[in-house]
Formats: sequence, C-alpha cells, structure tokens
Amino acid sequence: MTFPSRDELIDFVYDEARLIDEGRFEEWLDLWTPDGIYWMPLDPDAENPKLVTALMHEDDYLRRLRVERLKGARTFSQKPRSRCHHVLQRPFIDEIDREVGTCVTTTPFHYVESRLDEQFLLAATARHELVLVNGEIRIKLKRIDLLNPEAAFGNIQLFL
Amino acid sequence: MSRYTANPAAVQALVRPTEVHRDVYVDDEIFDLEMKHLFANTWVFVGHDSQTPNPGDYFTTEIGRQPIVMIRHQDGEIHVLYNRCAHKGTKLVIDRTGNTGKFFRCPYHAWTYKTDGTRLGMPLRKGYDGTGLEKSVSGNDMARVGAVRNYRGFVFARLAHEGPDFESFFGESLSSIDNMVDRSPEGRLEIAGPPLRYMHRCNWKMLVENQTDTCHPMVAHESSAGTAVRIWEESNPAEDAPKPMAIQVIAPFMSSYEFFEEMGIRTWPNGHGHTGVHHSIHSDYSAIPGYFDQMTAAYGEERARAILDENRHNTVYFPNIMVKGPIQQLRIFIPLAADKTLVESYIYRLVGAPDMLLERTAMYNRLINAPTSIVGHDDLEMYERAQEGLMSDGLEWVNVQRLYAEGEDFDDIAIENGTTERQMRNQFNAWAKYMTVSMDDGGAMPEAGA
Repeated sequence: MTFPSRDELIDFVYDEARLIDEGRFEEWLDLWTPDGIYWMPLDPDAENPKLVTALMHEDDYLRRLRVERLKGARTFSQKPRSRCHHVLQRPFIDEIDREVGTCVTTTPFHYVESRLDEQFLLAATARHELVLVNGEIRIKLKRIDLLNPEAAFGNIQLFL
Repeated sequence: MSRYTANPAAVQALVRPTEVHRDVYVDDEIFDLEMKHLFANTWVFVGHDSQTPNPGDYFTTEIGRQPIVMIRHQDGEIHVLYNRCAHKGTKLVIDRTGNTGKFFRCPYHAWTYKTDGTRLGMPLRKGYDGTGLEKSVSGNDMARVGAVRNYRGFVFARLAHEGPDFESFFGESLSSIDNMVDRSPEGRLEIAGPPLRYMHRCNWKMLVENQTDTCHPMVAHESSAGTAVRIWEESNPAEDAPKPMAIQVIAPFMSSYEFFEEMGIRTWPNGHGHTGVHHSIHSDYSAIPGYFDQMTAAYGEERARAILDENRHNTVYFPNIMVKGPIQQLRIFIPLAADKTLVESYIYRLVGAPDMLLERTAMYNRLINAPTSIVGHDDLEMYERAQEGLMSDGLEWVNVQRLYAEGEDFDDIAIENGTTERQMRNQFNAWAKYMTVSMDDGGAMPEAGA
C-alpha cells in the first residue's frame, strides 16, 4: 500500500471543507477514525483540553449528535438553516511519516456562516493529524484555532 | 421623552403580581435607569479572588456601565476600584488580567496610585503648588466602589455608598455558594481557565429568568437532549453499561415535567432563589473514584454526605449571576443594552479533588453554555425571538403567573413546586424595589470618595 502523495493529502483537506460547505455531513462523518477528535480550544495554551473549557471537543458520538440534530423537525435554531463557506489557504504539510502512515497539515482559512439576514466571518487555522486506515486517509485530530477564541460570539452553528 | 426618570410610580407600575410590562425588556430609558439605580443599589458579582492570586494582580470588568478593576493589594486584600485615572479619565489598565506591580502608572501623564487606589504622585508636581489640587477630586485617590465583600473567594461590590449590607442582602441564599466551596476537601476553589463569552441579542433579565424556568428544557432542547438520548439508545448499550459522561450531562434536559415539578424551587428575599431543592439534573452523575474518601477524610462521613447530597440546580443571585454548586460553574449575565447581553460562563476547580470532577464541569460548560453548544443555540434562538416578538404592540404584557398564589410575600423563604414562576416574580419584586429606592432623591450613583 503506497502512502498518499502530497497532492492527495492537500486535496483531502480541501475536500473535507467542501463536504461541510455542501452540507454533506454523513459523508463528512466517515472521514474520521473511530477515536478521532474535533477540537476548537477556548484557551490556546491549554495543555489538557479536558480540564479547561473548550469551544468544542467532540468525539464520534458528539459529532454524530450534531449531524442528527440538524435533521430534526424541532431543531429551532436551524429553522431556517445556516449555511457556511470556507476559503482555504493551500495547506502546509508539516510532517509526513511514511513508515507509520501519518501526516500533519496546517491550513489557515476564513469561515463565513450565514442565517436569515445575518452573516459573520471567522479567521482560523486548522491542524489536521491524518492517518492511513486501510489505504484511506482519515482524521485523527482536527484542531481549529480561532484568531480570537477569547472574543464574545453569537451562535456558531456548523463545523469550521 | 422621559417617562420613567424620577418617576418611581411609573417604574413600579411595570410590575404587577402576575405579569410585567414589556418595557422592562425593550425600553432604553428603563435600561439606563437599571444601570443607574439597580446596578448601583445591589451587590453585584465582580470576580473570584483566584483570578488575582498575587499582589498587583488585577482583573478588569464592568458593574453596570462602570469600568471596574479588581486588584490584590500588597497586604493580600482585594480592592474594587473605578478603572479611571483621577486626572483626565484614562483607563489605567485595559488588559483583561495582568499584574501592575506595586502601583498603577497612568500611561497618559504618569500619575501613580498604590494598588489599593491611594494617590502616590505625578511628574513635575511643583506645577500644582498653590493651585489647590489637594482640594479637587482629581488630586485624591482613585474612586472606590461603595462597599466590597470577599465571600469565600467570591468578590461582590455595591457601587452605592449607602444600602443593604452584604449579609442582609443575600441572607440564607449564601448556602449555595457555601455548598459549592464545601465540595472541595480543602474548602477552596480556583478558577479553571478563561470563561466562555457568548453574545445574546436580548435583554439580560430573560437569561436570569431562564435559570429557574423548568418548563422549557424538554421543549426547547428536544433537538439536542432528545437526539442525544435517541442515539445512545439506538447504539443498544448493555443494560448495566455505564453511561458516557456526555450522555449524563445532556440527557437530564429531557426529564419529564414530573421530574421538574418534584425537584422544587426555593425563594429567598431580595430576588434570590434556586431550583433543585430535593434533587436536580445534577443528581445522577456517576461517583468519581476517590472523591468521597477525600471528602470523608476532610469533613467526617456524615458531613461529607450532607454536602454531597445537596444537588441544587441553578441558584440565582439577584441581579445577574447564576451558580451551579454541584458542578462549580458561575454564569454572569452582563447587560450591555436593552437588547444586548454578554454571558460569561466560568468554571472552578475543587482544590484537592480528583481531576475527573473538573473534566465533567468543563464538559458541562462546553456542551451546554458555549456559543458552539447545540443546547445554547436553541436557548438563544428563544431569547432573540422573544426580544423581537416583544416589539409587537398587539400585546404589551409578559406572563409570570404559573402557580401564583394571592398574597405572596417575598420576604418569606418559600419552597414550592419546581415549576412555579414564583422565583421570576421574586426577581421582579426585588427589581422594582432596587430600581426605585434611590429614585426620589434623583439618583444613586455615588460621589467619588463620598
């Protein structure tokens, strides 16, 4: 089994954002390892994400809960729905270990979320820790560092 | 047009026994009067003393609209000062937290003050010789708030120089803070990280009322808590499988009306009250290994059991904080405008207790109260819809009638059915009182140094 090329790794990061923007959340859920974590720190210096409040720190169950909730008839904050839009800088490939089958990328991006007449912009950087599982690239960790995590926000309802 | 200023009767008329006029939520003049009177006359939470552990450590915040700095002086005492140089008005510090050393030095003209606010000096002092500066307010100390109290680490201040003392304002409601602190085997809490900060386009009182609104969770949170329960059940867990921490945190939001009715509500004078007299959504969390032993070693078994058997849900300290004793959380509802409120949610570590308790607390904060929380999303949706709906001229009154009994006396401590709106009525009773108590003489804002 050959390790993905740089282009394939970079394409994966772009494709992941595209699935979110197109609302293809079921396909998005399949991109993760079973123990994969989606983490958006509130305190960027926190060493143990579990002992300090995070904005998000979601395992498979919590990601699935979010996606399932979006389908509900009484999901009031999503009647009407939010839409989102990512603009990614080309991902940096920071580490590749072809022996173990792991890769780390860093991707600065802008994220726009919109609902009714409102729209807001967030600047952030995503760190993907990717692993090869049965020949497929999977996400073990996606860490999103907002430019301003300490700022006061209204509802942020989708995935960055 | 001034309808309410210096008109206490008009303000009081907004609160009836079973309903309140929408102006308490939407009217800009009422909001200004809240800032001037209500937030000056009451004891308002400032911060926790572990946010400023060392001499010179400060924390900047607001009480109502007043820029405030909480600072630890060289002798270890916490002081609460107006964050303004006595000279030209410049804020002395603007970082959220920091250390100013042995004194404040104004960045504009280098006037200096000790960390208890006492005037130190300024460059070219001889330029003031013979000018009478010492007789001017500018030649004196930084302005101090009317009164400060550090209660078991929780620092409160009253801006007004006259008013109820701390004990008579809070009375027996302090038992909720006591229980939260007693849950540490060392009787001590420490702040755990920065607060969540969540902007709400609604009036601050909607959030305070929501804290004891027990008829909304199973309705507004069906999409989050209901789905959480369904996914868990569909995974076919074994009968005796331990529920994951996240399920334990979210699932109780789907508890039945009977559960909330039976959990009870207690109200205290001056607008304070709490849900969860007999049990609460925090009652059925798994025991954390080792914790009870630590508590028994610290307090003896009987006392340890009594502390941990208390599972109060939300305690409202009027006017604008809520405390959750069993999970060491404090939320402050900071009024910014009639239709704008900043909610900050803090968590604390039980000093001497296992980390897993803090892990559950941090999880609760993030899953329920973050701007990224699916539970919070539906709450905010309701508040913002209410704020917009209240602009309707079709109806002008908001109902707080549930389980009302004629002749309610809010000076009595009462325990009632957990779905009563008595605590909301209690808050409005206190609101009318502290809005108007200083109105006749034209205002409650203290003179600096008075």
